[in-house]
Amino acid sequence: MVKKDVEKIDQASELNLTRRNVLGAGALVAGAGILGSQMIDPIARTAHAAGSDNPIKIGFQAHRTGIGALYGRWYERTTNAAAKYINSIGGIAGRPLEIITEDDGTDPKRGADVVEKLATQHKVDFVFGTLFSHVVMGSAPRAGELKIPYFVVSEGYHVASGALNRYVFQPCITDVRAQISAVSGWMFNNLGKNVTLIYPDYAFGYNHRDYASAAAEKHGGKIVAKIAIPPSESSFTRYFVKIPKNTDVIYHVMVGPGVLTFVRELGEHFGPNHPQLFGFIDSLEGVNISSPGLDFLDSSYFWEAMPRYADASDSAGSRFYRNAVGVDNSGASKSDSKDIAAYSHMFGCWETLFTIKEAVEQSGYKSKKDYSTLIETMEGFTGFNEGIAHPQGAKAFSGKTHQCYGQQFVSKVSNGKLNVIHKTSIADGMYEPETDYTKQSL
Amino acid sequence: MSSWINENGPLLFLALLDGTVTAFVLALIALGLSLVFGVMRIVNIAHGEFFMLGAVFSWFAFDLTNDPLWGFLLALVIAPALVGGIAVFTDRFILRKVKYHPESTIVATIGLLYVIQSVTLMVFGPEARAVEAPLYFRIQFPWFGYSGYKLIVAGMSALCLLGVWLLMIRSKLGLYMRATQQDIEIAKTYGVPTQKIYAAVFALGGGLAALAGVLVVPIRQADHLMGLEPLLLSFIVVIIGGLGSIRGTIVAAFIIGISDGIISVFYEPTLAKMLATLFVAMVLVLKPSGLYGEEVA
Repeated sequence: MVKKDVEKIDQASELNLTRRNVLGAGALVAGAGILGSQMIDPIARTAHAAGSDNPIKIGFQAHRTGIGALYGRWYERTTNAAAKYINSIGGIAGRPLEIITEDDGTDPKRGADVVEKLATQHKVDFVFGTLFSHVVMGSAPRAGELKIPYFVVSEGYHVASGALNRYVFQPCITDVRAQISAVSGWMFNNLGKNVTLIYPDYAFGYNHRDYASAAAEKHGGKIVAKIAIPPSESSFTRYFVKIPKNTDVIYHVMVGPGVLTFVRELGEHFGPNHPQLFGFIDSLEGVNISSPGLDFLDSSYFWEAMPRYADASDSAGSRFYRNAVGVDNSGASKSDSKDIAAYSHMFGCWETLFTIKEAVEQSGYKSKKDYSTLIETMEGFTGFNEGIAHPQGAKAFSGKTHQCYGQQFVSKVSNGKLNVIHKTSIADGMYEPETDYTKQSL
Repeated sequence: MSSWINENGPLLFLALLDGTVTAFVLALIALGLSLVFGVMRIVNIAHGEFFMLGAVFSWFAFDLTNDPLWGFLLALVIAPALVGGIAVFTDRFILRKVKYHPESTIVATIGLLYVIQSVTLMVFGPEARAVEAPLYFRIQFPWFGYSGYKLIVAGMSALCLLGVWLLMIRSKLGLYMRATQQDIEIAKTYGVPTQKIYAAVFALGGGLAALAGVLVVPIRQADHLMGLEPLLLSFIVVIIGGLGSIRGTIVAAFIIGISDGIISVFYEPTLAKMLATLFVAMVLVLKPSGLYGEEVA
């Protein structure tokens, strides 16, 4: 016992941890940290236009790290491309557009902190860019408390459900309820009636579970199994045994770093005798369809919001957009063919910036005092035309639900490519509004 | 009874297959942690990051050679070597400076965890990247298919475990390691170069984790956060098996791996994790030294 005490004292003096040493080390680490963060991200701000006095500042809440990092990367590229183009055509109401980006780590708590930082420290006019639904749920309320307009680029049904607040809009990307309503009829009528649902175990996944079940009732289908998988899961074989033998169609929508593994293991498990597959392209955003191990996906079907592969019938606006964001005709980055785009989601960032521009210009917004005028103007929008500003397609917009409605695509995989075989109309995805934000006070 | 087998037989078979693969890989990762504690009496919180580095280096090897098989072979050689090198560096410049003091090494290795994770994030990027398997084939059982590569992983892990065991039992290095583990003062008096042995053990621990990373990365993708889950699981295995015991580590890895497979398939994967953690709590309360206690390998 005594020996140990002596040892400990010796160790302490040998370590020579005086207060000065600790402070010195601390200062060094802090200095290195500050230098380091500057080196990693010296340009968090991007002021694209000359004469950046009085710019319109838009805070971009980006999933730079965490499970949404793939989407964050493409969202950021698309946002920067849109800002560059907008500034080249005169900015917003003649003022240059400045994007200020902060990383929320795809984490709900950090999302709320980022909203606060963008609003109070960076003093941005608007905040936009969140995708993952749990982060939206965590961040949007904070935007409401701070009374700053918050534009979501998510897909979740949370905006239109009335769960959020009047400052929140999702004007340029359709929600899951509309998507499922629009394409499930096609699925039940063309692929089979007995469906197993596989979805991630959180808000976005629950939207799929609930609305696919509702659609089944409407179209005479039957949900034979509902399998929820944690988004951070890395091995999926154990879930596949729960798929009932009488399944006609496997409906899958997966997110997170394990999506390629999910699809591969699905193929390993079933082999050539598999049920029909109807997936949402979320399961394969950023993944090359012709990757090895994915050949069993041939002849399977995917919902797409914006077709990854270019087609002769693409509009001029769509081709302009594809070029501006640096994506080639097979959906890969022009500078790296291994880098596949999140093409069915990222258009939401491009279109949202144009919608903000339109709202600012139409409402005469000058500063934060004009928020209510801007919001009322937006609530008066009924839709957007297809074109460079809205390359995914024309949209209808509901002032009550703060949500847009648009066209959906069903594509079939053949020869390692996706080909569109069915397009829905905007009306196919409409539903009765369940909320009316215009009745809320600001 | 026979109808139960008919209905659940395939499920059980899949559970055992998956569980066995998990068990072998887990044994490989946990063994490094166990050896380090056994010989050096310290806990390495950055152990999971060594696993992650193995996977990430494997991706670089794959990217460099652009060929799954050559990339894999290259990675098998350079990943454990590079990670072993980082381990030796850590031992020399961090662990030795804090005199292998238990609390200090825990804090220091936590710091190392953050440094490794962040540097990987900066260099490799935030997204998960796939590595193709060196040999891709599918085995078709009557009820379902299974990845042939996963079985190769299990086999190669088994070989590595055998190799480590032979090293400990048959080689001079192994002898020195066991001597240092038993009593470092006496080992010193017999001329065992204990400082070098410490470096070698730490390198071996890191190298084993990296090797596991190379084997596993074609099954799942490489990303900078992938070290956290194996870290947790290896701690569970090492605590249950007994810190410092090779036999205990392997037995515990199988208990955890197989039970994880069975419970996941018949119930829920989350339940399996919960039960594993509960088991650890029980071991800590009833037999804190673990199933095989503080044994020599």
